[in-house]
Amino acid sequence: MSERMGFFTDTSVCIGCKACEVACKEWNDVPDDGFVFRATSYDNTGALGASTWRHVAFIENGDGWLMSSDVCKHCTDAACLDVCPTGALFRTEFDTVVVQSDVCNGCGYCVPACPYGVIDRREGDGRAWKCTMCYDRLRGGLEPACAKACPTDSIQFGPLDELRERAAARVAGLHAAGRTEARLYGEDPADGVGGDGAFFLLMAEPETYGLPPDPVVTTRDLPAMWRWAAAAALSMVGVTVLATAGRRR
Amino acid sequence: MARERAMVPKAEFGSYYGQPIIKAPIWHEPHMPLYLYLGGLSGACGLAAAVEELRAGPGGPPATVARLAAAAAAAAGAGFLVAELGRPERFLNMLRVFKPTSPMSVGSWVLAAHGGATALAAGSAVTGLLPAAGRLAALASGLTGPVMSTYTAVLVADTAVPAWHEARRELPFLFAGSALAGAGAVGIVSGLARPETAVPGRRMAALGAAVETVASTVMERRLGTLADPYRQDGMMRAGRLLTAAGGVLAALAGLPAGPRGGSRRGQGIVPAGRGPAGGWPGSAGRASAGGPVRAARAAVAAARSGYAGARTASRPGLRELAGVAAAAALTAGAVCTRFGVLRAGRASAADPAYIVGPQRERLAARRAAEAARTPGDGGRTAGDGGRTAGDGDRPAGGSG
Repeated sequence: MSERMGFFTDTSVCIGCKACEVACKEWNDVPDDGFVFRATSYDNTGALGASTWRHVAFIENGDGWLMSSDVCKHCTDAACLDVCPTGALFRTEFDTVVVQSDVCNGCGYCVPACPYGVIDRREGDGRAWKCTMCYDRLRGGLEPACAKACPTDSIQFGPLDELRERAAARVAGLHAAGRTEARLYGEDPADGVGGDGAFFLLMAEPETYGLPPDPVVTTRDLPAMWRWAAAAALSMVGVTVLATAGRRR
Repeated sequence: MARERAMVPKAEFGSYYGQPIIKAPIWHEPHMPLYLYLGGLSGACGLAAAVEELRAGPGGPPATVARLAAAAAAAAGAGFLVAELGRPERFLNMLRVFKPTSPMSVGSWVLAAHGGATALAAGSAVTGLLPAAGRLAALASGLTGPVMSTYTAVLVADTAVPAWHEARRELPFLFAGSALAGAGAVGIVSGLARPETAVPGRRMAALGAAVETVASTVMERRLGTLADPYRQDGMMRAGRLLTAAGGVLAALAGLPAGPRGGSRRGQGIVPAGRGPAGGWPGSAGRASAGGPVRAARAAVAAARSGYAGARTASRPGLRELAGVAAAAALTAGAVCTRFGVLRAGRASAADPAYIVGPQRERLAARRAAEAARTPGDGGRTAGDGGRTAGDGDRPAGGSG
């Protein structure tokens, strides 16, 4: 097993060029996601989806632009992987989460399971798709296409531990420079998903970028959920016994 | 967005152009809600078949109606399930692995076992072949049935959809009650031709409707703001009304005939005139001890004399009418509830207010607790880092 690889996306230096979106599509042969004019901002892909594995958000917040390249978080405790019934989703030797398209039967369970709204089923194709962190490039010793194409090093790729150190230093630097709104998102292994393999430096609250403020992998409540279901199942037995009672002999 | 503010008045947060944060469930109508209904129905019918077999004892006549309904609903439900897949031809991949972390994987295996058992039990009841195996299968469906009816609640609750995940306690009871009511409706309708299923059918219908109504009421109370998607959904409201009306009708249909109706024996929902020779298949069989034919005759005779108050009621047919109306209302109610649950889930996923609001509150509460407990420590509350299984699911070998 290799060491855990990840992305650190420093949105403070993102210039919104969308080179990451284009490089991702080029390398991974991702089909177009519709040529939509959204009329809200320079954002024309809207959100991550089956055919959008990097998504650059544009936010006009009064005194400037916020830009951020969003991506699959490759969670430590990944809900999509937990709930996948076929084993199509798996964890790679780089501790990333990848869909095996030759196994996925398009049940769609991973789609509402993801607390970030990343993975989606591609219409017409019927299977679930998302960022693979360029699994094929990683195996060949290359960095993912988006990180390679990023002209400002907003997208940084590397061993996760190293990235976390680098991110902490960057936040400290920004704070020292008076940008106290800078904060890390998804870097904490104690958060609801055990920390993200792809984490961010944000310049505003997460929800401003369309990110959930406190995501949780719902599988962690699974034992409790099964206990409630067992209680309901037992009550069914009770009702059925009651319904057929008083009729012997 | 005015709509969001109306739902969460206190919340002050931004969003990305009001766009959804999570992806709404992509499951289609009518496939998914009908599968939820049919799976629940099949489970409750399988359970009823098993309980009837137990009461009848070995050698008793099979609970044919329950066995047939359980098998038919399981088969139809499985059909909808396969049709819902993006790649239906790969449906067998569901049985490629067994993953306890995936309610859908667990459910696929339960459906496979339950579908097989109910098919065997029904086949045996229809053909008369392999009665012992058929009985064993019917008994097995008593174990798989309740799981079949309730696992779907875990399935939907184990998602990031707020209206589903936060309702994880009540949804199993909602689905259990709905399944019982649906199965009761089958018993009532089949009771027109086979009177022995009418009484348990009415009781299951009334009790199931009560469970469903209580569960949905408690759920909406406890959910607070997150109950809005349920309250605002027309299907959900229709389901509640139909279920309540059906439950009351089913109970009324079981009342003994009026004051002029002679014997008041069997108060409650047990019809008057139900004696030792009552029309329960197993009991009738054992009472007459003369084989299935005599048992059936005894059952029919008992039904003629006692069932439906025919002996005493001044308006024969009214009770059947009420029963059929109850069955129709309960079936429609059960189906509507499943549509409503899907739609409420979608609505809660589509509105970022339902994601951000509760998560912000959770964060604030946790930070307050941390600050109170260990000032300056920065440690997190226990349980936050709870790992889930699934880590063993690695590519090597493809786990065949």
